[in-house]
Amino acid sequence: MIDFGGWDMPVQYASLLEEHHAVRQRVGLFDVSHMGEIEVRGKEALRLVNYVTTNDASRLRIGQAQYSGLLYEHGGFVDDILVHKVADDDYFLCVNASNQDKDYQHILTYNRFDATVENAGGRYAQLAVQGPLALDTLQKLTPVPLEPLRYYHFVDGAVSGAPARIARTGYTGEDGFEIYLPPADAARIWDEILTAGAEFGIKPCGLGARNTLRLEAAMALYDHEIHASITPWEAGLGWIVKMDKGEFVGRQALAFQKDRGIMRKLVGFEMAGRGIGRDGYEVCIKGMGAGWVTSGGPSPTQNKNIGLCYLPCANAETGRSIQIMVRGQAVDAVTVPTPFYKRTK
Amino acid sequence: MDPENLRYTKEHEWVRVEGDTGTIGITFHAQKELGDIVYVDLPKPGTLLQQNKTIGSVESVKAVSDIFTPVSGEVVEVNATLAESPEILNKDPYGSGWLVKIKLSEPGEAGKLLTAAEYQAFVGTESS
Repeated sequence: MIDFGGWDMPVQYASLLEEHHAVRQRVGLFDVSHMGEIEVRGKEALRLVNYVTTNDASRLRIGQAQYSGLLYEHGGFVDDILVHKVADDDYFLCVNASNQDKDYQHILTYNRFDATVENAGGRYAQLAVQGPLALDTLQKLTPVPLEPLRYYHFVDGAVSGAPARIARTGYTGEDGFEIYLPPADAARIWDEILTAGAEFGIKPCGLGARNTLRLEAAMALYDHEIHASITPWEAGLGWIVKMDKGEFVGRQALAFQKDRGIMRKLVGFEMAGRGIGRDGYEVCIKGMGAGWVTSGGPSPTQNKNIGLCYLPCANAETGRSIQIMVRGQAVDAVTVPTPFYKRTK
Repeated sequence: MDPENLRYTKEHEWVRVEGDTGTIGITFHAQKELGDIVYVDLPKPGTLLQQNKTIGSVESVKAVSDIFTPVSGEVVEVNATLAESPEILNKDPYGSGWLVKIKLSEPGEAGKLLTAAEYQAFVGTESS
């Protein structure tokens, strides 16, 4: 067990590799109750949500979810979040565990609207069922028809008799569901999901597999790919920024940077030499320091060593030879397109 | 589960002394904490090692960890199998997963290391 922002979390239950493969080939279950939840309600809930986030929440329909960013005025990330539209006056935000209090204070700071903001993390546990057989597993426990539920949509229903918000979202690059439910029911439903998935070879999965899975899918992890000094343009997350939606926190800085152009960008790499480029390692080009690794490790699906790094835009094209400083030794790598893994639908 | 005939360190290495040769490895606890091991970096034969100094690293899917030698001496043999099949470190840390054999220069060192019982007591306090 490791201390993860005050939560005791297992890095692996049995074997990280087996857990990883279970999610890619069958189904895995994650306890992600550490994730935070913030509820924004009231007549002007949408105006507040749209003012503090980068994506356009006005485009959401009830029952739809959206990946978005919370930015500082200077354009750096406070957090990356999921915005769920529950009703016209009710938005449910899923935020990163270690950022929950910071996000809550940040949103409050900008609440000049007729809206209430509640830090609701204590009222929700979260379980993620992920993998090609996630639907078959979860369907055994809920009357809600899951097949028609589209990606990035959610529905309020019941799982094993407990009230649950079931969202077709995830952080693994596979099909799957994230379930928000009362903490008092979480342990029982955890067991029931494992029982329901037993015939499919379900595995309980820890933080380790969560990280290798999201890295293969090239999904950002806060404090690695994104943080207060990184903008969405640099992180390759321009698609969650809607500049034409009206004023929002960070918009001016983003407009300025867009006009001037970015200096660095996030790119994928594959190790060519023997070694693994890990988080924080220096990246060199022709012997000169050029950038840093944000996340790196083995890709169990592809059996390669992969990673993400920031490089100057002038040196960021696919196929460029780079070197990663692995414990004092320069190890060859090459830039590659991302994601490293994409599921076949 | 930790063999009685080995000596242990708080850095989770073990040494088996036979004559003037010491075979070293990492403990069951160490490989379990590291998880699936993907790389093992070891010194070359002929390298002179000093007790408690870093001699290489073990890298798992999730992390990289230094190896410290429990005894001083010269590397006489390296477990070449580990380069191709690092996973044997997970499967058999006290047997086929040994790391290097060392010609001991300070034969008295090993006797001062932890016994199996002392090591188990140490792991117990560390993980609680």
